[in-house]
Amino acid sequence: MVTTADLALQLLTQRVRRHIVQMVYAARSGHIGGSLSATDIMSVLYSRVLRHDPRRPDWPDRDRFVLSKGHCTPVQYAVLAEAGYLPVAELATFRRRGSRLQGHSVLGRPQGVDSSAGSLGMGLSFGLGMALGGRLQSRDFDVYVLMGDGEQNEGQIWEAAMAAAFHRADHLVALIDRNGIQNDDRTSNQMVTEPLDEKYRAFGWAVRADVDGHDLAAIEDALLWARDVRDQPACVIFDTVKGKGVSFMEHNPGFHGAPPSDEQFALAMDELGGDE
Amino acid sequence: MTTAPAAAATREALGPTLIRLRQQGLDIVVVDADLGASTSARAFRAAFPERWFSFGVAEQNMISAAAGLAAVGHTVFASTFAVFAEHAYDQLRMSVAQPRLNVKLVVSHGGVSVGEDGASAQSVEDLALAASLLSFRVIVPADVVEAAAAIEAAAHTPGPFYIRTGRPKQRVVYTAGPRFRLGEADCLRDGSDVTIIAIGLLVERALDAADALAARGISARVLNMATIRPLDTAAVEAAARETGAIVVAEEHLVHSGLGAMCAQALATRHPVPMEFVGVPDRYGESGTSNELLELMGLTAESIVVAAERAIGHKRR
Repeated sequence: MVTTADLALQLLTQRVRRHIVQMVYAARSGHIGGSLSATDIMSVLYSRVLRHDPRRPDWPDRDRFVLSKGHCTPVQYAVLAEAGYLPVAELATFRRRGSRLQGHSVLGRPQGVDSSAGSLGMGLSFGLGMALGGRLQSRDFDVYVLMGDGEQNEGQIWEAAMAAAFHRADHLVALIDRNGIQNDDRTSNQMVTEPLDEKYRAFGWAVRADVDGHDLAAIEDALLWARDVRDQPACVIFDTVKGKGVSFMEHNPGFHGAPPSDEQFALAMDELGGDE
Repeated sequence: MTTAPAAAATREALGPTLIRLRQQGLDIVVVDADLGASTSARAFRAAFPERWFSFGVAEQNMISAAAGLAAVGHTVFASTFAVFAEHAYDQLRMSVAQPRLNVKLVVSHGGVSVGEDGASAQSVEDLALAASLLSFRVIVPADVVEAAAAIEAAAHTPGPFYIRTGRPKQRVVYTAGPRFRLGEADCLRDGSDVTIIAIGLLVERALDAADALAARGISARVLNMATIRPLDTAAVEAAARETGAIVVAEEHLVHSGLGAMCAQALATRHPVPMEFVGVPDRYGESGTSNELLELMGLTAESIVVAAERAIGHKRR
């Protein structure tokens, strides 16, 4: 049965996808494929799981979100705008001179962005530090770190994976957007990091793998499971489709970091549907 | 106050100072990459185990995690050897410098005076790298007394710091207590014919050189430029105007360290003859600290020769 709340969430993901395509089209640059693959995860996280309050972005007990795949700011800014951290109209300034909405995320721009990113592989470490600080302060906030599957090539991630288990950082949750495509090509042609689930388990993490990253109920269920894991850090590996929601962008390495043409933009918006 | 020892390594200041700062109530946490015994940070672990985080031999993770700890409000001290901090340069840049987080990096074993471990362990380029991290304040203390004062200043000043300490025992310059002021040169000796600007181990050698120059009738000013960034350009300019010749002495590659910074500052303000005592265009090798300092020409005698040459280039 589809409830009103489920419908609202479904409509949110549609608006977020429209924002992403509009932002990258208007900026004539930006990372569209990995933003669309993470849209459903991000939408569920911000509307169903994350304890946060857009009116108090510096609330010390808020859950933290760290975008480690820092090029996917379109989905981050779109979700933050829909949550009320910035005006939706400001999304049109993405990547423009003077905008708060930088190409890669910058801590505090706008408030609600809790980390800087761009060089891949650092977010899990940063989130680990936040989680250790939270424990020292006897706060029970959780820290969610979103990474790409291509990003798993970075050695620092495995340093952080080792350390998070060693420190039993059970308020740290790693989310992997496994869309199978990295900058130049499919991950299978660039660097194979599989089996990711076995690797994280071997490093001492609780792992839930093969979660459909576009099934909103499955996403929510996995996120709530990860939140409640105790005595070890938790990792959820989502199977996603790069460019999800726009037929000609799906599974297409050409839409990692390139904007759509005028014609492609019109087609994409038509496919996504919803209000103008 | 307690009497300063006659000789000590600057690295010995870290652990005791961190313990004292925490006892005073500062929100200090310490992150470590398996070198706490050598950097002296490890003493903090016994005193405040819940505020000590081991990251193993993994500097990149340690630095980004330090940034995360700072992002939730802590004053974070990270330590390792200078060369291994270089291993985490991108993490220092993106995780710490760009968001200006409250991470204090205190690296020990700076320079060639590390000695026997050889070239891989000798950071001859770290100050150039640190000075390129735009929001960092960069400090090279002259002795253990000043090192403690610099660490204390870093703890009380928001934002990133890079403090370089050394391995060998060295003479204590500030026997009467520290005079460290963040961002200000300390004039250890006034003079009118030439100014020697020095940092770290070269400060005691600059003082020895000033004695030798005095015996030859030359009056040398000695500035300890412990804070190399931001550079005290006012003191550098005053030295140029008042003494007319400058020698810069440092345990760092000569083309990219304090000497280069002072030369650039003077080029637009008040150019005067300058000479540079630093590591020439080469890496180090194994040997004792003193052997390597001599090999690289980082001696009082080299400073004397450089001072006489600079004075000789003054316009008559």
